[in-house]
Amino acid sequence: MRQSRPQSFERPLFLICWSLQAATTEPRTLTTDNLVQIDHVTFGYDRSRTILTDVSLQFPRGRVVAIMGSSGSGKTTLLRLIGGVIRPQSGTVLFDGEPVDPSDTDKLFAVRRRLGMLFQFGALFTDLNTFENVAFPLREHTNLPDSMIRDIVLLKLNAVGLRGAASLRIAEVSGGMARRIALARAIALDPELIMYDEPFAGLDPISVGVTANLIRRLNDATDATSLIVSHDVEECFQICDYAYLISSGRIAGHGTPPELRASEDPEVRQFIRGEPDGPVRFHYPAPSIEQDLGLSG
Amino acid sequence: MNPVDLLCALGARVLRWLSALGHASLFFGDLVRHTPAALRRFDLALVQIYAIGNLSLVIIITSGAAVGGVLALQAYYALDRYGAAESVGLLVALSLLRELGPVLTALLYAGRAGTSLTAEIGLMKAGEQLAAMEMMAVDPRSRVLAPRFVAGIVSLPLLAAIFSAVGVGGAYLIAVKLIGIDSAAFWSQMQDGVDVFKDVGNGMFKTIVFGVASTFIALYMGYESEATPEGVAKATTRTVVFSSVTVLVLDFLLTSLMFSTKP
Repeated sequence: MRQSRPQSFERPLFLICWSLQAATTEPRTLTTDNLVQIDHVTFGYDRSRTILTDVSLQFPRGRVVAIMGSSGSGKTTLLRLIGGVIRPQSGTVLFDGEPVDPSDTDKLFAVRRRLGMLFQFGALFTDLNTFENVAFPLREHTNLPDSMIRDIVLLKLNAVGLRGAASLRIAEVSGGMARRIALARAIALDPELIMYDEPFAGLDPISVGVTANLIRRLNDATDATSLIVSHDVEECFQICDYAYLISSGRIAGHGTPPELRASEDPEVRQFIRGEPDGPVRFHYPAPSIEQDLGLSG
Repeated sequence: MNPVDLLCALGARVLRWLSALGHASLFFGDLVRHTPAALRRFDLALVQIYAIGNLSLVIIITSGAAVGGVLALQAYYALDRYGAAESVGLLVALSLLRELGPVLTALLYAGRAGTSLTAEIGLMKAGEQLAAMEMMAVDPRSRVLAPRFVAGIVSLPLLAAIFSAVGVGGAYLIAVKLIGIDSAAFWSQMQDGVDVFKDVGNGMFKTIVFGVASTFIALYMGYESEATPEGVAKATTRTVVFSSVTVLVLDFLLTSLMFSTKP
């Protein structure tokens, strides 16, 4: 089960702002109901290079699940598969029991309205200010009056601590703030699934802590399901309920953070401990250095 | 390279070209399909009309005045030999309304607004803004591209009209105020010789066609650009090249159809 959660948030204000289900600091009982299920999926961008090979993962409702792995291991590809950006070569991706089909735009967009995604660098609209960025999904998908949109946007911005930055242009905010604005935008429509693509990459330690705190709190307050793609072991383990470790396009290990920490699997151990060499080689495949330098006999 | 390899390479090139053409056609169909949605949300198009229309006014007005002035000087030089210097106004007006107004405005539009559209869309793509929009179940073709497409079709004819009007004004300054041609003759010959439907109407029709073509090219190049700095730079260059060539070829075709018969 998950470990201690950050407590620095002003809890009462946070809950008032959300006006949603009461968040609990106690670990909830695991449900067997999976919001997202990936069954035996194989994918490659072309025939010669397979990114994922026969991977199966489950994301239970209400849980924070981390997908970890080194760069290029296929983590972000999994998010793209769930979002219907790409289609698996074989296997199925199910969202709430329904297959995600990129060829059926109407159905796909219906699925996407139920999920929010935090892109690695925020992907904020640079021609809109902070307020309008968060208001964007509300304006596009609802017929709410401006006064109500204003209230919702300010509540969402308050939840990420940026109500005071509502009028700032995107060029005026820092990387950490941009990530939080993007988070407020991702949760504007109270999605059932929130996907985070490398939420901690390139952030300073304070921003990392704030972001990690937010992910856990938002998940609990909104009763959403969260999926974090990251290679930050400590931050992920601090907030996730379950984690998958992907290596070379397959599942190298999975379990709760304590289970993974205790794993004796060499690949899992190398990743968790950050060892430079092991099953995942330090050197990209190449002829020997002697051969390249012309020193071999 | 042996003949078979050469034939294969040529075939592959033709296939790639046809595939790109098919892809562009589908993209154009998509743009047209999303245009009614953009018209319903005209506020989005208005913002773009300001960005690509209003902000192009300086270059259009400056160029229009310069072209009108040069035309007047050259026309006077030629016509004065035959004692027809009073026809300078008519010649300038016909040249601007039929050809130079639409073509030069379209070329200036491609260089100023077209490149700006391509770079903007390309950078939105590189910054994952379009991907973010799609993940929010918002179709970027409807929300981003179609309003710009409408704005281009609305803006170019207006800019061309302004270009021609300013050009005539520039010609008036040179011919009447500087050279000393009779003002009444300048305007009356123009009024007498210019046909509203045949000259002004056909000229406006050309600008609409150029607006569709050059805005489509700019949007397509941006949307299909590689999401890298080099990719955006290449796409911007391609926009200018393709738009310019397309405008000139279309102008030849349209002129052949519109003005090939005797007056």
